Amino acid sequence: MEVPILKQGEILIATVQAALTDSDLLQLRRALVEKVAKARARAIIIDLTAMDVMDSFASRTMREVAHMIRLRGAETVIVGIQPDVAFAMVQLGLSMGGVTTALDLEEGLEYLHRKFRTIV
Amino acid sequence: MSGNTVVENSPVVENEICVSIGADQDVVAARQKGRAMALDLGFSAGDSTLLATAISELARNIVSYAGRGEIVLRARKNSGRPSVTVIARDEGPGIASIEQALRDGYSTSGSLGLGLPGVRRLVDEFEITSEVGRGTTVTVRKWKG
Repeated sequence: MEVPILKQGEILIATVQAALTDSDLLQLRRALVEKVAKARARAIIIDLTAMDVMDSFASRTMREVAHMIRLRGAETVIVGIQPDVAFAMVQLGLSMGGVTTALDLEEGLEYLHRKFRTIV
Repeated sequence: MSGNTVVENSPVVENEICVSIGADQDVVAARQKGRAMALDLGFSAGDSTLLATAISELARNIVSYAGRGEIVLRARKNSGRPSVTVIARDEGPGIASIEQALRDGYSTSGSLGLGLPGVRRLVDEFEITSEVGRGTTVTVRKWKG
């Protein structure tokens, strides 16, 4: 299941559309790290609304994406983690570390637009 | 050695599914079947997600440590209160120290080591048996809230 990555201005948006296997997650990580440079994007948003479960592997991979993207000079915002999924993550002992999160795509875009405006 | 004991008192088996686990897409299949089973029994969406997350961790452990194995999902309406029992079974290398494996932060595969202690927090009952060179069986149960 490939995750489509769209470019909107200086932002890349990856929208997960169904449950992802571990190899799908690794493929997404690779694609985002490559595309962020190619597209000269300043930020990426990963929309996890359709993710049924965020287990230890998925959470770790998302943290790694954010770290790699940071090393490439851009920012990551994770959006759409559902309440039940968030609850299970906390019970499991997982955290998203210092990764920026937002309620949904709209909030994520607003956060980035606000941030870029203040920088420029 | 075992954790909390999962008591088997003449169960009324309503439905049983066996998912063979050998690749990462099986991890997703197992957790989706487990969620569907829980929802069928009237579990809340939240509890179904907790169960699906536990299944995901157990199935991944099979793939990463043993290569292959199986997950049995058993739905029960034992005299009223429904439950789902998950049996994750493999014939892999086994766990030398269960006590250590149940401690937060312990891992032999370079992963985060949150696997088993985390799974234990997601479910109501948890039991593990393991023999080095023979394999591991983890049995967990979640009751409808």
